[in-house]
Amino acid sequence: MSGQAITVADAASNERGTKLASPQRAWLSLENRFVPPLFITLILLIGHMSFGILESYRKTLLAIGVSIATELILGKLVVGKWPNVASAYITGISVGILLRSPAFWPYALCAMIAITSKYVLRVKNRHIWNPSNFGICVVLFLAAESVTTLSIQWGNSLWAMLVIWSLGSVIIWRLKRFHICVTYVLSFLLFAIMRGWIVGDPIVSEISPITGPEYQLFIFFMITDPKTTVRSRNGQMIVAFLVAAVEMLFRLNSCIYAPLYALFIVGPAALLIETWWTSQKTHKTDPAATALGFGGVAQ
Amino acid sequence: MKRATVVRIVVAVLFAGLLVTPLAIKRLAVRRARSTATVLDSNLALARYGFYLTEISREAGIDFVHQAPALDPKLNAIMPEVASMGASVSIVDFDRDGWPDIYVTNSAIGSKNRLYRNMHDGTFKDVAPEMGIADVNQAGTGVSMGAVWGDYDNDGYDDLYLIKWGRPELFRNDHGHGFTRVSEQADLPPWINANTAVWFDYDGDGLLDLFVGGYYSEDIDLWHLKTTRIMPDSFEYAKNGGRKYLFHNLGNGRFEEVSAKVGINSRRWALASAAADLRGTGHPDLFVANDYGVAELYLNDGGRFHEAGSESGVGFAPKSGMNVAVGDIFNQGKYSVYVSNISEDGVLIQGNNLWVPQNGKPGERVKYENMARDLGVELGGWSFGAQFGDLNNDGTLDLYLTNGYVSLDRKRSYWYDFAKVAGGNSSIIGDAEHWPAVDGRSHSGYQQKHVWLNDGAGKFVDVAQAVGVADTYDGRAVALADLFNRGVLDVVVANQRGPLLLYKNTVDPKNHWVEFALEGTKSNRSAIGAQVTVQWNGQEQVQQVSGGSGFAAQNDRRLHFGLGKDPHIENVNVRWPSGKIQTLDGVVQDKLNTVEEPK
Repeated sequence: MSGQAITVADAASNERGTKLASPQRAWLSLENRFVPPLFITLILLIGHMSFGILESYRKTLLAIGVSIATELILGKLVVGKWPNVASAYITGISVGILLRSPAFWPYALCAMIAITSKYVLRVKNRHIWNPSNFGICVVLFLAAESVTTLSIQWGNSLWAMLVIWSLGSVIIWRLKRFHICVTYVLSFLLFAIMRGWIVGDPIVSEISPITGPEYQLFIFFMITDPKTTVRSRNGQMIVAFLVAAVEMLFRLNSCIYAPLYALFIVGPAALLIETWWTSQKTHKTDPAATALGFGGVAQ
Repeated sequence: MKRATVVRIVVAVLFAGLLVTPLAIKRLAVRRARSTATVLDSNLALARYGFYLTEISREAGIDFVHQAPALDPKLNAIMPEVASMGASVSIVDFDRDGWPDIYVTNSAIGSKNRLYRNMHDGTFKDVAPEMGIADVNQAGTGVSMGAVWGDYDNDGYDDLYLIKWGRPELFRNDHGHGFTRVSEQADLPPWINANTAVWFDYDGDGLLDLFVGGYYSEDIDLWHLKTTRIMPDSFEYAKNGGRKYLFHNLGNGRFEEVSAKVGINSRRWALASAAADLRGTGHPDLFVANDYGVAELYLNDGGRFHEAGSESGVGFAPKSGMNVAVGDIFNQGKYSVYVSNISEDGVLIQGNNLWVPQNGKPGERVKYENMARDLGVELGGWSFGAQFGDLNNDGTLDLYLTNGYVSLDRKRSYWYDFAKVAGGNSSIIGDAEHWPAVDGRSHSGYQQKHVWLNDGAGKFVDVAQAVGVADTYDGRAVALADLFNRGVLDVVVANQRGPLLLYKNTVDPKNHWVEFALEGTKSNRSAIGAQVTVQWNGQEQVQQVSGGSGFAAQNDRRLHFGLGKDPHIENVNVRWPSGKIQTLDGVVQDKLNTVEEPK
């Protein structure tokens, strides 16, 4: 999720450097940069005011605070300059929404792990895991007795979904990533029908998970994260399809956090393959290109 | 070495440390749990914790095994889930012989409830058939879900309100010789699908009134379904459950339903309730724990209620409320409220709530903070009934919690399928047909119970296994009573599709106690709502006579106070529901003190 803001910012600066020259367009690009944080804040506020999804303001604020603080410290320490904290804000708020624990420490720990992973788990100067996905999966793996994720919140009502989809679609469309969402949703539905046929449960029960709010956050913020998805449009669609496919395997093994774990596996694998592929191509044109390895950490 | 390399190594080490942190926390927690999870020899348990419990149901002549309801065949696929309640236990001295008796409910059509008369020799005998309150689960009338006792006609004998999924029943106690069904005369509605009820005198007129909290909608006959759309429309915000009833006692054997008139209007899925004067106003407030949603706190403004769940803090985070127990756990003269919820490792960690009042001048707005985690009573599995009581007579209230939802095949779990549907849209989860079949799988089954010992210093320690509680049945209701008049609290546990368990308590004799049996005159004769405050050795504890608490349970109306070693009782006073304050002189420790309200 956190990569979303970085890339929006990157996209904005690219546009500034190429075709956006007028003050009006520049203003729009500035707005672009803050759209994802504003969007996720809006989701949080709507969810909380309508359904009180936050069990505690303090836990969400803790996650945001720790996330931003970790980003600032590591950014200054590793890169040597103060980083933009928009992506850390999104990571913190995602942890605050998605994680569910009666204790405080998992929120802080998850946020720290998520941000630190960006600086440590890098290949060819790219972090390969979506930070929120990585942080949440790690605490789910290692602290199952203390944490779960949001699963039965937001009143199971349709309108909350419609709000997220309406706003999310506009934003993701604007970022030219809507095809990822559509591919994933269609793949999920296809695999849901297959699962229903295989296990003999009502197909509606297999489709049920994607009608919940957790999935909308997953679809709009995690699988579309530009920093941790492959670059080609077709590649992105294939990866979305594979996430749904691996998720199906997890689901056939009764894994509750199937989508998160599927992305945890497929996302980095796809990036590594792409990096290797690019490296091979570069090597052919430029034999001096470096091999795979831990790269720098420039933002 | 370059600075960048050093920085990278430092960050990598930090990262590794972060990954190891949850494992270290887990190891510490396991080590801490292990220290009290060891099964101890009874003498060792007595020496270390001051008590131990021995399960004696068979020796006591109790052989009751609960039978679950079998509802409409349309629900067969998920029957273990929807038919997962009905086991209940309530304590009553129905014949006024001075020895507590036990009433337990059964829930299959045609099954019989039991009234275990205390035979004064350590055994019990089922007298429900001859008393006329056994065969109450007949086809077409629904089945029992619980029972609460209160003397609604002030004749000195506690009467029985039978909580049902079906036709609610009121039985008048004919002076301990039998019971007469008076449901129609009392103007009770024809059908309520309820799991909770509580007797209390909400308007202070000296007559016991009755609150009944609906679970499924009262329009539904669970044995003849017109539709399978009977499930909650949300798992955290459901408002399509049964309505609430407040039956105002008119004093002539009839009741008037006044819930809307006095400000109680809800269709949340109520599972547990209790009434207590939480603000010291002299009026009993009503706390309702709801499944699939937030709790509700109805503050009594003197005959009218206003719902203050959200403003007080108890009705903010939606969980799966299944219990309401009230106790002065810090010996400060203030009630805390324990609400049980669901916790399952790796799936759903709601955590139980221990609501502790934050300010407490009489009449002030009440604000609660959940201190379950701080005090160590948060995680109790799929928790159901719980009760406060001083199990080792050390002067502080302990907490007994039972749990476990559906215990079938140990190796296969229903949790994945449950979670799969529970997170979906309301149109999906609201229809039972959309739910995958349980197919013999367990759902938070075979859980270890919790006996949390209050250390008096702000912590509860789980000593269940150490003091002899090792059963793993699907526990529902817990009731506490000094069953054998020995000055100790014994524990009775009703299990779904399981045996009724009677844990006889053995307590360190160096710890002293005092008990009170109250009888109202101007107040209701059961003295429900009366409050006793005992001050001894520089501390004080308050307890109240309850008309139902926990989950589908009612403790003995006699109040039991542990006093610890070498106690010196300084003062005892009673605040009666009529408002009268009575100071008791000459209270003797290690004795049951009988108190009548001054006329």
